Amino acid sequence: MNEAFISVENLTIGWGETILQKDATFDVQRGEIFAILGGSGCGKSTMLRYLIGLEQPLSGNVYIAGYGTPNLTVGRPPFGVMFQSGALLGSLTVGENIGLALEQWTELPPDAIEAIVLAKLRLVGLGGTEKQFPSELSGGMKKRAAIARALALDPELLFLDEPSAGLDPVSAVELDELILSLNQGFNLTVVMVTHELPSIFKTVQRCIMLNRETKSIIAEGDPRQLRDTSTDPRVINFFNRTTEKS
Amino acid sequence: MPHSGQPQKLALEGTLIFSDAAPLWKSLTARIAPLSRGERLDFDMSELDFIDGGTMALLAHLRAELKLRGVLCEFVGVKEQHVPIVHLYHGDDKPVRRKKRKPESSLAQVGRATLLFFSEVQQVFAFFGDMILAVVGLLKEPRTANWREVPHIMERAGADAVPIVSLINFLVGFVMAFQGAVQLKQFGANIFVADLVGLSVTRELGPLMTAIILCGRTGAAFAAELGSMRVSEEIDALRTMGFGPFRYLVLPRAFGLMLAAPLLTLLADLVGIAGGLVVALTSLNLTIGGYVNETRQAVDVWDVFSGVLKSVVFALAIALISCQQGFAAEGGAEGVGRRTTSSVVSILFALILLDAGFTIFFYKFGL
Repeated sequence: MNEAFISVENLTIGWGETILQKDATFDVQRGEIFAILGGSGCGKSTMLRYLIGLEQPLSGNVYIAGYGTPNLTVGRPPFGVMFQSGALLGSLTVGENIGLALEQWTELPPDAIEAIVLAKLRLVGLGGTEKQFPSELSGGMKKRAAIARALALDPELLFLDEPSAGLDPVSAVELDELILSLNQGFNLTVVMVTHELPSIFKTVQRCIMLNRETKSIIAEGDPRQLRDTSTDPRVINFFNRTTEKS
Repeated sequence: MPHSGQPQKLALEGTLIFSDAAPLWKSLTARIAPLSRGERLDFDMSELDFIDGGTMALLAHLRAELKLRGVLCEFVGVKEQHVPIVHLYHGDDKPVRRKKRKPESSLAQVGRATLLFFSEVQQVFAFFGDMILAVVGLLKEPRTANWREVPHIMERAGADAVPIVSLINFLVGFVMAFQGAVQLKQFGANIFVADLVGLSVTRELGPLMTAIILCGRTGAAFAAELGSMRVSEEIDALRTMGFGPFRYLVLPRAFGLMLAAPLLTLLADLVGIAGGLVVALTSLNLTIGGYVNETRQAVDVWDVFSGVLKSVVFALAIALISCQQGFAAEGGAEGVGRRTTSSVVSILFALILLDAGFTIFFYKFGL
């Protein structure tokens, strides 16, 4: 039995008196593609912010093996993050966005940084865009560039917030394939928030499903198995795109 | 006309579209007003050819309102083609009474505003606490700040502001000299216009007017820029790459502005005095040499330095307040706009407060 790469224990998230999820407990194994699923407003993206240490839990713990509890104020984070909008810095070119972390955390000379930037851009299929500004890229290209930036320091762990949301079907499939190839090629552990069913069935190996009403995890496992075997109407509705009441 | 207490039918005929809705609504609301509990009014749709969504929504609303009043009301004679639209607008559902939202009491409003105020104060303290930590961290590791941004900030806040700072301060010196000239002429003391303009520009108006321009130009830009970065998750992205937003975003802005503001203030002093000189030459029959000599006698190094010192403190206040407001932005474009406005107002207030503090301090210590 592998030791969990990410351990989440009794995590309660929310703000003030508003609780989004209560006592969430789950593990992510090294090298797997793991998804946080659920309907709108259940706290998926918020959960991700707690996993990467952008928010402090109301209670409970997040632990990343070999790193500890995420603390973004100390040193170099061991993971990369792609935000839903890409969150590329608008005042920098795509190349500068990707080179930012390399300049900050390595002693590499500028020409070596440039070489890595070009390689990362080619990896995500964006070769030749290094001099462009984020505003000149399409939605799908921004997400790819954000993945390249997240991969700049070769992290073992990648967090993705709704990677294929808002993309056309072809771009979404291309992004899914990129995620799969990164996972298989580099044994990259991927934690993603999504509700795109085709992406889930194509890429995700294990998932948890959050529920807004119960503020808890209502299902955990392989999404294909959950779709085929779950008897919970909320899970069935999610995976089959139905609205039947229990 | 059916009698009260007996079932009534309201026949809907022909085509009902949204452009007919206003007179229909008026006549129907008048028609249903006298109906009371236990009576019945059905909407007969058997002769209806076409009804659009807006009109159907109004009829469904009237039905719901009647049912909630205890009046029996249904759509009857609905043709097959109209069944979906009736269903879509819940014309066949049991109406649900909408909960009336109780207006917030005055006490609750005061409580909420108080909580909001303290939360804002907490945010401000947290910001300055983080700022101090960032400065301490910077002293330990100077290379971790985004120094490359400083010249760029100086150019944007300083060099680009030269025309507007020059124009405004020239006019300030010009207007002040004119106002002074009217009074001083009466006593034959024309030459003292140089003293008036020189001292007030270097000690007070030069730094203050420059700071006000920086507030409107640069402070608002900082707040809007950081606010946009905050709402588009760019600041979060920086944090996840291990960049402290304070060292990366706030400190370069603060340093850039603190370097640019004294230079702009010196420029403001010069053009302000030049504004006075123009009035002296054109209206007071003074010579350039006389005006300059009088200014040199009246204004000493401390007068200029005190203005420059003020400008550094003003610049720090502008940078910190605007960055704090930008960091506090939330809720999209509207939130960014609100914080930008708030930053300008807060900076102006802080500038006046600081200026008053400086004046009292200098007065107390005879400076």
